[in-house]
Formats: sequence, structure tokens, C-alpha cells
Amino acid sequence: MIGLSHYLIVSAILFSIGLMGVLRRRNLLMLFFATEVMLNAVNIAFAAISHFYHDLTGQMFAFFIIAIAASEVAVGLGILIVLFKKHGSLDLDDLASMRG
Amino acid sequence: MENLVYIALFAPLVSSLFAALFGMSPKKQFVGVVASVLLGISLVASLMLASYVYTTGNTIHVTMMDWISAGDLHIPFGFVVDQVSVTMMSVVTLVSTVVHIYSNGYMDHDKSFNRFFSYLSAFVFSMMVLVMSDNFAGLFIGWEGVGVCSWLLIGFWYHKEDVSREENPSISPSWAANEAFIMNRIADLGMLVGLFILYWNVGSLQYDEVFAALPHLSGSILNAAAIFLFIGAMGKSAQFPLHTWLTDAMEGPTPVSALIHAATMVTAGVFLVIRANPLFSMTPDVSYFIAALGTFVAFFAASMALVNRDLKRIIAFSTLSQLGYMFAAAGLGAYWIALFHLAAHAFFKALLFLGAGNVMHAMHDELDIFKMGGLKKTMKWTYIYMGLASLALAGIPFFAGYFSKDAIIETAWNEGTLVLWLILVVTAGMTAFYSFRQVFLTFEGDERYKQYGIHPHEMYKYVLIAMSPLAILAVIAGFFKEPFEHFVTALLPEYHMSEHTHHIAWLLGIVVLVFAVGGIALAFKKYYKGLKRDEALESSWYYKLLANQYYIPDFYEEFISKPYAMISEKMWNSVDMRIVDATVDGIAKFLYETGDGSRKMQTGNLSNYLNWMAVGAVLLLVVAAVSAAVIG
Repeated sequence: MIGLSHYLIVSAILFSIGLMGVLRRRNLLMLFFATEVMLNAVNIAFAAISHFYHDLTGQMFAFFIIAIAASEVAVGLGILIVLFKKHGSLDLDDLASMRG
Repeated sequence: MENLVYIALFAPLVSSLFAALFGMSPKKQFVGVVASVLLGISLVASLMLASYVYTTGNTIHVTMMDWISAGDLHIPFGFVVDQVSVTMMSVVTLVSTVVHIYSNGYMDHDKSFNRFFSYLSAFVFSMMVLVMSDNFAGLFIGWEGVGVCSWLLIGFWYHKEDVSREENPSISPSWAANEAFIMNRIADLGMLVGLFILYWNVGSLQYDEVFAALPHLSGSILNAAAIFLFIGAMGKSAQFPLHTWLTDAMEGPTPVSALIHAATMVTAGVFLVIRANPLFSMTPDVSYFIAALGTFVAFFAASMALVNRDLKRIIAFSTLSQLGYMFAAAGLGAYWIALFHLAAHAFFKALLFLGAGNVMHAMHDELDIFKMGGLKKTMKWTYIYMGLASLALAGIPFFAGYFSKDAIIETAWNEGTLVLWLILVVTAGMTAFYSFRQVFLTFEGDERYKQYGIHPHEMYKYVLIAMSPLAILAVIAGFFKEPFEHFVTALLPEYHMSEHTHHIAWLLGIVVLVFAVGGIALAFKKYYKGLKRDEALESSWYYKLLANQYYIPDFYEEFISKPYAMISEKMWNSVDMRIVDATVDGIAKFLYETGDGSRKMQTGNLSNYLNWMAVGAVLLLVVAAVSAAVIG
């Protein structure tokens, strides 16, 4: 029987993968993907807990997150394209222009 | 009548503020004139109030406004004009007016002429607040006000360098000003404690309420309050052991010495004891101590005056000695006699000081009487004034001092305190001797100043005329003894000599007179012809002891000032620099260095920032988890 904890474990593993991606990756596009992974890990957790408590609020929240993620990607990808056109690279090590 | 009270009180303040407007500018003659006129207005108002109180017997009590009103503490700005305060007001404004006019001449060449008048009038205002207040808080404000003005005026020539003196290793006006202020501060702490004790136990600082509540207080509280109040009086009136500041205060301009350090401010301590007479009459032990201390100071100060060579310091010692007489009278319960001597003393002592100022002016600031002599030719009027004042001081019959000082000595006999009586009689003889030693050395005999190339000249005429009211009062004030007694005993307790004393009063008077005349005769014999220095006497140990003021200034220097400076130095080096400063510096250094260290995080690389963000988030999680576990 697959229970709540299994879902939460999957969610946690996915979140960690996403977090590692955010921390380790140098390419901005890959960072985006990693962020998406983290968001979806949270979505899984929301849906699972919502089911567990028989409360639809969590699932509604997951939908909101999906919608907002979609718009964020749309805006973010636009910025990425502009950045790429300007610098010819999406590598964060090359984009460090605000060194203190 | 209420308006007169305000005019008497605030005319000096207006004068002070007016002069202050020109404080920074060069000498303007009209400043001195306006200040003198305003002080004259205050004098006229005070005299009108005095005649009102005298003729009707009514007292005036005004409350100008609420001053402090917080919780149970309620202190109004109230002023009372009764027999005691109106006497003080008249004396203060009279002497002040004369001194203001005198200062026009004396400070003639001073570049800070305007500033001087501002300070001088501010002093008069503070003194008026002190004597007119209807509560202890107002008295204390005036008390501090005169202290500040005294500090400003002693240190008026603050630019003068330290110079060595016989009895003082190094002294300058600013040094003397600080000494006076600090000594008074010690005493004022005592006074504050006394006021707190009264407030704590009575719940009010109004004179009438406090005095009404006194019978309900226990003896120990009364004693404590009386002792602490008297400590305050000791500082202001320069009683032993807080006396050294008064002679050093002579570094100030001479009109200041006349007004503040002879006639008015230093008598504030006596005034306090007279004002609080219901308290002191209930504490016989403290009162007896006051009388004994006063007698001791009278003798002690007179002995130092015997050998001093400084014109102003001799008069300062004599002031000290006369303050001792006043305290002796007040301590023995003869409050009205103390007040009478206070008033009479104010007149002749101010006159004496102003005369000394004339001499100093003529001698180009030379104060050593051994370098004077024969000044009577050029300074006839000053000689007459100082001679009259000295006769009054010595207690020669029919001059002011005879009536007041004799009454004090008679009181000492009447109370059966024969030791005090004897000391006071001997002191009267010493007083006569040193007064006339000074007069003869200054005005008679050979003209020693010539070898110092000094060309003396008499003071301006208007100054001499301005001094005449004091001279007249120094001569005739004694004849008002009966009406004065009748006037002030409406408020102060009456004091009558016993039948027995009354019978032998003539004999007591003759004893005192013999001593006084003997003192004058001795001074005449030794100094009238000129100065013959007696080497053997001057090198004897007792002469040196007196000339060095019993080595008390040295003692204070050696055992209080120096150790204190040493401790301060130690505390500065070890505690302040190593602990206090180091802690503050350490905090600043820590913040600076952590800032400098964490600056390295600012790489500009987004990936690094994200890593730091993750670290932060993890840290927050850990904190949340730990605190959840702990609070649980």
C-alpha cells in the first residue's frame, strides 16, 4: 500500500534534486529547470496531503502554483533570450558584473 | 504692592539680560549706567516694601506661577516679603547699587566691561531669589545661582596665569573660581540631603508648612535635617573646614569681593540658619555646635589676618571672622542679633572692600601692604572711608559694629557659655589690631611705594560719592538697633538678656572696649610711624604657621587634591582606557571586521548568492526546529 509518507518521500527527493540543481548548475536555463523541479515537488506534497486530509484546499493551491509557474517561465524565458542576445552566454560565471 | 515685589526682583534680571546683549562688544559706558539705574530701581522698590512692612506689619506673599507639579510634589514659584526677607532685600540691593556705580569707575579700563555688569546683575537677581523665595526649593535655586555667578566673577580674569603666593604654591583667578565652586558643591550636597530629609518627612518644602510640621517629627530626624542644612550653610559662608575658598576668591575683581564675598552671598549661610530658626531652635545640640564652630572660626580667621600682607586677604579673613560671630549669635538663639550684625557688617565690610579697591586701583594692582604706606596724602577720602569702616569693624562705640558685635558678645555671656565669651572678646581685640595694622600700613608712615615707581591717584569723584551711603550707614546703622529689634522680632524669636546680664552689661561693654582700644593702640604703636620689620618674629614658627594659614591649604593640596589627582590618573589609565574604552572600541572593531569579512560574499555571481541563500534557509530551519523542540 502506497501511503502518504511515500508521496512525501518522493516529494522530498525531488525537492533535494531541484535544490542541488539550483546550487550546482551554472547555466541559467538549467537553473530554471531546477526551480521547476522544486515547484513540482511541492505540488506533489500539496496534492498528497490534501488527499490525506480530504481537504481540497491543497489541490487548489497546486493549481495556482502550476499557473504561476507557467507565467513565470514565460517571463523568465523572455529575459533569458534577451540576456543571451546581449552577452552571448547564459553561464553565470560569465554574467558576474556586480562583484562587490 | 505685588508689582513692587516683581520690580524689586526682576529689575536686576532685566539689567543682566540687557548687559548680556552687549557682552561681546567693546566697552559701552551706557551699559554700566543702565545697569546701575535698574539696580537703583530695585533698591527703591525694596525700600518701599520695607517701609510698607514696617509701618503696617503686614507681609506680602505672592505666587507667580506653578513651577513643579508632579504627583504629590507641588512647588510653586512663590515669593514672600516679610520682616526677614525685606531686611535682606534692602541690604542686598543697597550694597549692589553702590557696587554697580563703583564698578563703572573701577572697571573703567577693562575690555570686558559689559560682560562684568551682566554677571554682576545676574548675581543680584539670584540673591534676590534666594532671600525672597517662600520655599526651600526656590532658596536652593537662588543658592546655586549665586554660586554660579560667584564662579563666573571670581574667574572673571580667566586669562591670567597661575602665580606663586606665599601661602599658595600656585593660584590664578580660574583656579580660585574652581576651588570656590567645588568647595560649595561639597556643601550643597549636604544641603540637598537636608532638603530631602525635610521633604521626605513633611511632604512639602514651603517654609510655613515645614515649620508647622516640625513638632510632629522625631528628634533624630530634626537633628539630621539641621546638621545637613548647616553643612550647606558652612560651604556658602566659608566656615571651617570649607573656608579656604573665601580668601582665594579675592582673585576676582574687587567690587565682586565687596558685593559677593563680604556683604551678601557669604551671609546666605547665616540667612539660612535665621530663616530656618524654628528648626534650629528645636535642635539645641546642633545649635550649640553652630555657636561653637562660629566662635572657633571667628578666632581662627582673625589669627590668620594678624600677619597677612595682602590687603584684600586681610579683609577676607575679617569677613570670615565676622561670619563666625554671626553664626555664634544664631547658634545661641539670638537670631535677630545675627541678622542685625549681618546687615551692619554688610555696610562696613563692603565699604572696606571698596576702599581697598580704590587703593588697588591707585597702586596698579599691588596688594602687598608692606609696599604701601603714606597714601593718606593722595587718597584722603579713601583713608576716611576705610578708617570709618575699620572703626566700625573694631567695635568702637557709636559705630555700627559696636552695637551689633557687643550684642553678640553679651549673648555669649548671657547664655553662660563663658569659654565662647572669652574667645569672642579676645577676637574683638585681634579684629581691632589687624584692621588698624592694615589701615596704618596703607595710609600712614613712610611712602614705601615710591621705590617701586608707583604714582598713586585718588579714585573718581562720583565713585567716592557713591560710596558715601555705605560710609554713613557704617557710622549710624547702630542707632537703629531698637527699631530693628522691634521690627524683626515680629517674625524671629525674641531674645532678652537676663536681669543679671543686664546689670553688668556696662562692665562687659568696657571689657570688650578695652580689648578693642588695646588692639588699636598696639597697631598704632607698631605701625603708625612706618614699617619696622621684626626678623626674629617673622622667622618664628607661630608667625609662619599663621602666615601659611595653619598649612591648611597645603594640607588640602597634599592629602586631598594630589591623592585625588593620582587616583584619577590611575582610574583613567587602567579602568577608563583599558576597560570602558576598550569595550566600546571592541564592539566597533568587531562590527567593522565582520563587515569587512562578509564583504567577500558579494561576488556578483548569482550562483554563489543562491548557495548562501540555501545556507540561510537551512540555518533558519535548524533554528525553527531547535526552538520548536525546546519550547515544545
